[in-house]
Amino acid sequence: MTPSIRVQEAPFDLAAETAALSAGRVDVGGIASFVGLCRADDGLEALVLEHYPGMTERAIAGIVAKAGERWPLTGCTVIHRVGRILPGEGIVLVLAASRHRVAALEACAFLIDWLKTRAPFWKREEFAGGADRWVAAREEDEARTRDWG
Amino acid sequence: MIKVLYFAWLRQRTGTGEEELSLPDEVRDLGGLMRWLAARSPGHASAFADPAQVRMAVNQEFCGPEHPVKAGDEVAFFPPVTGG
Repeated sequence: MTPSIRVQEAPFDLAAETAALSAGRVDVGGIASFVGLCRADDGLEALVLEHYPGMTERAIAGIVAKAGERWPLTGCTVIHRVGRILPGEGIVLVLAASRHRVAALEACAFLIDWLKTRAPFWKREEFAGGADRWVAAREEDEARTRDWG
Repeated sequence: MIKVLYFAWLRQRTGTGEEELSLPDEVRDLGGLMRWLAARSPGHASAFADPAQVRMAVNQEFCGPEHPVKAGDEVAFFPPVTGG
């Protein structure tokens, strides 16, 4: 399994990325997907994502490798956007493909839980009128990651 | 020399994203480095005012404050991550 890992400013295409995981093969039984979207809570105008170039790609590769050890994946795609993201746009895409649904669904949930707490990204929220604030990490997210063991 | 990187509000408070520094002999681990950096400027002091809110990495791997630091290392300080 050769995962596709990308950190990019550009939007991603869920349909095209999903199709790529089964193109030209007949051994893939299911593809689970998670798309994280930017909400316009409290008058939010944009999210600005910062990351640690180099460490980010390394951390995501490590997380995907862990998923590959736990579930028999036939493919995996992780795309995380950085820079300025507007309400309604995608922030992160996780796809996990396998012969059977349980592996694909569980691996997809594992990947997004770990991405949220173990990859060096930081979100800053921009509001109308110029106010901004850094998003605080949530203990609930940390607990979900720990629960995977 | 060591390379020190700051991200998110640590970058804003220190006023820099990256600095190259010569490591004093008395600094042996990340906790010691944090205390030494905090004395560099009021901005650095503000960045490190609440160590419980600071996470760190050495050579692009997450580490705790007890992790040793040596010349040639790339050290990064940042808030708890909020991607996904």
